[in-house]
Order: sequence, then C-alpha cells, then structure tokens
Amino acid sequence: MNKALSTTAAAVALTAAATACGSGGGGQGGGDDTIVLGFSQVGAESGWRTANTESIKAAAEEAGIELKFSDAQQQQENQIQAIRSFIQQDVDVIAFSPVVESGWDTVLAEARNAGIPVVLTDRAVETDQEDVYETFLGSDFVEEGRNAGRYVVEEFADSDEDVNIVELQGTTGSAPAIDRKEGFAEVIGEDDKFEIVASQDGDFTRAGGQEVMQAFLGSHDDIDVLYAHNDDMALGAIESIEAAGLEPGEDIKIVSVDGIKDAFQAMADGKINQVVECNPLIGPQLMDLVEQVHAGEEVPERVEVEEGVFGQDQAEEELPNREY
Amino acid sequence: MAAQMRRLVWPLLVLVALLAANAVASPGFFAVTVKGGRLYGSLVDILHFGAPLLLIALGMTVVIALRGIDLSVGAVVAVSGAVACEIIVAAGDPSSPGTVAGAVGTALALSVLLGLWNGFLAAVLRIQPIVATLILMVAGRGLAQLITDGQITTVTSEPYRRIAAGSLAAVPYTVLMAAVTVLVMWLALRRTALGLFVEAVGGNAEAARLAGIRATGLSVAAYAFCGLCAGLAGIIISANTGSADGNNAGLWIELDAILAVVIGGTLLTGGRFSIAGTVLGAVIVQTLSTTVYTMGVPPESALVFKAVVVFVVCLLQSPRFRAQVAAPFRRGGPPVPAGGAGPPAPEEEDGAMPTATGDGRPDPREVRR
Repeated sequence: MNKALSTTAAAVALTAAATACGSGGGGQGGGDDTIVLGFSQVGAESGWRTANTESIKAAAEEAGIELKFSDAQQQQENQIQAIRSFIQQDVDVIAFSPVVESGWDTVLAEARNAGIPVVLTDRAVETDQEDVYETFLGSDFVEEGRNAGRYVVEEFADSDEDVNIVELQGTTGSAPAIDRKEGFAEVIGEDDKFEIVASQDGDFTRAGGQEVMQAFLGSHDDIDVLYAHNDDMALGAIESIEAAGLEPGEDIKIVSVDGIKDAFQAMADGKINQVVECNPLIGPQLMDLVEQVHAGEEVPERVEVEEGVFGQDQAEEELPNREY
Repeated sequence: MAAQMRRLVWPLLVLVALLAANAVASPGFFAVTVKGGRLYGSLVDILHFGAPLLLIALGMTVVIALRGIDLSVGAVVAVSGAVACEIIVAAGDPSSPGTVAGAVGTALALSVLLGLWNGFLAAVLRIQPIVATLILMVAGRGLAQLITDGQITTVTSEPYRRIAAGSLAAVPYTVLMAAVTVLVMWLALRRTALGLFVEAVGGNAEAARLAGIRATGLSVAAYAFCGLCAGLAGIIISANTGSADGNNAGLWIELDAILAVVIGGTLLTGGRFSIAGTVLGAVIVQTLSTTVYTMGVPPESALVFKAVVVFVVCLLQSPRFRAQVAAPFRRGGPPVPAGGAGPPAPEEEDGAMPTATGDGRPDPREVRR
C-alpha cells in the first residue's frame, strides 16, 4: 500500500516537473518571457483569505504569469513541502504567506541556493539569515490602528468635552489585536480629552462583540465612541447598541477595521461611521513585485498593501466593489 | 431534597459574591428597566446570553448522569445555525414566518439526528463516549464550514431575528425557552420514574438492565436530547447576530457546559444529577464573563480570574477542605478526620445516590467497566 502510494506520488511529481519545464521554459534558463510563480497559501480559513486567494489567481492571469498554487491547509509542513517542490520544478519566483513566523531558515536557504527569489505576503518570518527573501508585501496593522485613531481625533476636533471610548479587542495575543490597539492608542494619546474607558477581548467574532458591548453599555452610560479591531465585532456591537435604545453611528460613533461587505452595508445604513480597510486584494501589487524581482530590479524590503479609509459618504458608492 | 439544597449553598454563595462585586464596580448593575417592550439590564443580559449555555448544560446533565459525555455540542451549535441560515438565505422570501419555521425545524431535526448518531456510537457500539463524540466535535465543525462555505452567512429575516430579540410579556424569548426546558426536564425527571431510571443506569448500568430498565435506549435518547438542546442553542446564538459563523459559533462551549454541570454538583461518574445545580452552574459561568467585562479585568488576566473563581467554588464544594478550614474554629467538637481514613461527611453522600448495590460497597462489575 505504502509503496503504491509513494509510486503514485513520484509519478505526480514527475508529471508536474515535466509540465513546468514544458510551459515555463524552466526558470533562469528561459529566454521565454512567461514568468512561473509558485505560491503557497496559508489555507482557506476565512472570507478574507478566500478573497486574498481569488485576487492572486485573477491578477496572475491578468499579468500573464503562470501560477502554481498550493494550499497549505494551515500546516507548516505542507508549506515547506510545497516550497521544496517549487524549487525542484525550478519556478522563476516563489511567494508564500507563512503559516507561522519561525522555522523557515532551511527551506529559504535552499531557495536562495537554487537562485530563486522569494516574496513573502501578508505575514513576516523570523530569520537570522540575510537575503533569504527579497521583499515582504503585507498590511501594516499599526497603521490601521493609527488610521482609526485619526478618524476619532478628527471627528471630535471641535469638542471640548471628554470623549469616552470603548475598545473591542481582537483575540488576545494575536498580532492584529496587539498592533491595532497600539496604533490607535498612539494617535489618541496626544490629546488628554480622549479616554479609553473600557477595553475587552471580543475574539474577532460577532457574538463576542455583541456580548462585550452589552456589558459595556451596562457599566458605562456615557460612551461616545466604539473602536472595534474588526468589522464583525462592530456588527455584533451594533445589535447591543440598538437593544439599549441607542442609535449606532449617532449616539455612539463606530470605527472598525477590515472592510468586509457587511460593514459597508452597515455604513451605508448609517450605523458605522468609518471603516479602515485591511486589504486582501493584493494580487496586482504582488504580480508587479514578482515581475520586478524576476527582472532583477531592486525592490524595497517592505512593501505596504494599498489600503483605504472609508467614510459614510463613500459607503454607498463603494459597496458594489467589495469582493469579500 | 434537603441534602441537594445544602450542596448548592456554596455555589450560590459564590454567585452572590460575584453579583455583589459587580454591583460595587457598576452601581446600576441590578437595575432592570423595560426598553422597547422588553426587560433590559445587566441581570437580563446574563440570562439572555447565558440561555444557550444553560440549554446545552441541561442536555449535558442527562448525558453525564448516564455516565456519558458529549464533546460535540459546540459543533452541533455551528451546524444548526449554519443550516438554518443557509435555508433562509436560499429561500425566495426570507422574511416569511413559514420559511423561518421550516429552517428552524430542519436545523433542529438534524441536531437530533446528530445526537442519535452520538448515542449510536456511545451506547449501542459502546465506543468510549469521549472518543465517540470527539468524532462529531471535529467533523461537525468541518460540516458547518462546508455548509457556509467557510464564510459568515448573514441573514436579513425579521422573524428569525425575533427568536433572539423578541419577547413575551417583556421576558425575552431566549430566557423563556431556557425556562420551559428546565420545567419540562424537571417534570420528566423528577415527577415521573424516568429520573430514577437515569440514576439507576448511571449508577450501575448492568444492575439497572437486570432490573428491567432499557439502559441502551435511555442513553441514546439522552444523546438525542442533548443534540436537540445544542441545536436550539445554535439557533439562538445565530439569531442573536443574524448570522451563521461556522468557524466560531459555539467554539469551546462544550467545556463551559461541562463546567456548569460539575459546579452544579452532578457527578462526572454518573448516577447523581441536579437540574437546579446545572442552572446555577450555567448562571455562574455566564456571570463570570459579565464580571470580567463590568469590572474591567484586563483580557490578558481574564482567564486567570475565571480559573481562580472556579477553583474557589470547587474548594468550597469539597467537604474535606471545608472541614480542614473550619477545624480551628470549632470548639469542643470531635477532631475532624484529616487523613484519608475517616468516613466521608454524611451530608454530601446521602440523597440521590442510587442504592443499586444496597450495602454501599462498590459493585465489582462497576470497576470492570
């Protein structure tokens, strides 16, 4: 049984390698102008991730880049295997969204030795070695927090009274939760009138946001602003605010991060005031980088995803464009 | 009955202490008003958000009383919400009460089926319950993700939202559903012979079988009931936000439910169970979450805070611990047995323990199982 399996696996690998040579013209040897990109995705754990995958696939087709896509299903082993198989197939560029931060040294060195440039997307890796990857394309969570903070500062610029803010944090200890909290606190910390009166873990879920907000409303009767680390928690909190007989977006201003379709709908309905985008649609930017890297051009070590900030006036117009 | 009441004194005291702490942190904590024709206030929130947990804990109580355990309830919550929401979204008219009734009915029927499946594995095939239900715990969540396509499904259906947001005579439907379930369970288990059967089978399945009780059928029915409770909880959780979240709905709720059952004094080894205890346990677990938010315990220390409170409840429930603590203050009384030799404190062991073996010795057959 085992033998049969490994034979099949070998056959599949061989076929794949043969296809790679046939169509891609084989990496560095190829004067052929089709770039072959091997991309290893984390998985399909959320709508955000699905939109991310779709964007990369669509952009590759658009740019005429041959994409070899592999889904790691949240396992680092799968991802390392996928990268090794990309090296064997001698693709032109490797890109991947690391499942975890550490443990990439060996496989990245293998890619470097094979002369294949690597681009990271979405998350960074920890490594002691130099030049193992060309660039990292991803969101700046701290900047997203700052953007949310800037909205609050602007909205209450004319107010002399104290502004009471409640914060719904993402899952305790996760990178977006830590960074979005930090960026927000940094911006509002410049003025004493802003105070975060309560800040709790809403677990990035609607149910969590709803329950925590309900408790906030019970223990604080003068909340001016809600800052939610993601849209889902804000959507849950809206239910609680309405149940309390208050008007979300009016009595309590709401700013949240991500930019999912449902949040834009709520913003169009006047229930959310500002949405800071955390953009999964990185495909076009990634393909540009891949082309530059392949051509041997210098690229910055860190490239930030183009992300917008949307207010209620843009919600209606932007709604049909939301893909996730 | 009196013994059971005495056992519940300690968790009750902890609940009172928690509520008192909340009232100190937030003076308006006990205030209950009517907003939009519905009771409103922190105490109502505890009951409303605690309703799904309570429902699941009630189902779990019967399963545990029969020496089983059901780890799959969280997954059933996710499946039930996902099925209901997908049916409503796919229907031509999401706002028609008929559509919603059909969707909820289908979701609940499926939940019962999933419960029957657990019962079949655990009671008929005799697979260890923890393993048998672990299968559905993992597979069920996968199923929910498959149904929702890994996305959060949002429904805009007024009748569906009313399940969570509506009220009858100002009392939220969610609280009513939980109350009715408690009442039905109490009538069925404490006013008919069914409760005795459960205790007999949980105490010693073989002896109960020889006495003419259909142990297997009873266990399968218990798992099915637990599935139904989880399904109903799933509907409430999903109706709360008008969405189905296959990844997160009901995540880890099985552990909270088991905790609620145990705090309430039901033995994990089966036999003795307490419906009132489970209600109290579920309310304590939910009050704990509310306390964290109201008192502003930082999220980093929230889990430690909860653990400490649960630890205190468990210590207070241990007769030996209480005896140790009380010993220095007791004047003239007989010395309290501190080691392992003394007989157990009688008030803890009388009452509902089934006397299948008559003389109180453990049945050798019990050891073999």
